[in-house]
Amino acid sequence: MVSNTFIFGLFTAIILLLSVILDRKKTFLGLKKGAKMLFNILHPFLNILILISLVLFFIPDYLIVNSLGANSGWLGFIIAAIIGSITLIPGFISYPLAAALLKQGATYSVVAVFMTTLMMVGIVTLPLEIKYFGKKAAILRNILNFIAAIIIGIIIGWLI
Amino acid sequence: MIKHIKNYMWVILFIIFSIVSYFMGFKPGQMIYSNFNEFFIEMISFIPFLFILIGLFDVWFPKEMLEKHIGQESGIKGIFLVILLAMLQAGPLYGAFPVAYLLHKKGASVKNIFIYLGAFSSMKIPMLGIEMGYLGIKFTILRTLISLPLFILIGYMMERFVGKNFKVKDAKV
Repeated sequence: MVSNTFIFGLFTAIILLLSVILDRKKTFLGLKKGAKMLFNILHPFLNILILISLVLFFIPDYLIVNSLGANSGWLGFIIAAIIGSITLIPGFISYPLAAALLKQGATYSVVAVFMTTLMMVGIVTLPLEIKYFGKKAAILRNILNFIAAIIIGIIIGWLI
Repeated sequence: MIKHIKNYMWVILFIIFSIVSYFMGFKPGQMIYSNFNEFFIEMISFIPFLFILIGLFDVWFPKEMLEKHIGQESGIKGIFLVILLAMLQAGPLYGAFPVAYLLHKKGASVKNIFIYLGAFSSMKIPMLGIEMGYLGIKFTILRTLISLPLFILIGYMMERFVGKNFKVKDAKV
């Protein structure tokens, strides 16, 4: 965690320095915009952290470990893909949730397929999508993205 | 002022709950607080940097500038711009459908519309920052690098399968 923060901080510092050298006024404007956005997002974000802290307390560890943990194998992978495809969980909730799953023994592969299907496949929103793109395109997009999510999950599993 | 207090009502209640739990020795309350604390520390070490980056990105690459070029440009440059535009957005995937309609109206190709949706779903900058905070830089970079060629491929496949007579309708009700 310390090294992650350090790398990210260093990266930010380099970009910031570059921006200051190129245009001091623009940089200041950007920082002001960033601060404003941060302030806007702070209270919904804290609320969600509180909610997850509560939920994690009530869901027993073994339930998650058994169904999605290291020994859940392909079944866990498939469960994660299906839950991810059907449900609609905003990123602010799903990332802390994914981190909690990892801590409780889920594999990176399972987390990757869960996050990717969550982001790219939307069965709940399919009717809306059909209104925009038509039946054929909407269904095809979801199928192709589901396949892509499975591939991403498998490759992540190999690499990490 | 009252609005601010209302916004932070749950946070204030939670702080009071945690303090009371601490002094009363209420174990579940303490455990919930330690869950929260872990998430909070994890996040607060990241978020300031993240929003510095988002702010800078916003002033250097204004959305209007990117939108203007997606209609006319094709090829690699069009793909690049469409991905850049998607990375600047926020919100869930269904929020991208109206934007897809706009892109379509401005003359973006079928391929670019679906590449936009792919990038929107998995490469939004604020989300990438949060992902790094929770799942690590290695996971985030690997996932993004694996996803990128896949959804560009999906863009090409959609163009091929759905064809040129593809239309995006404005489904506003």
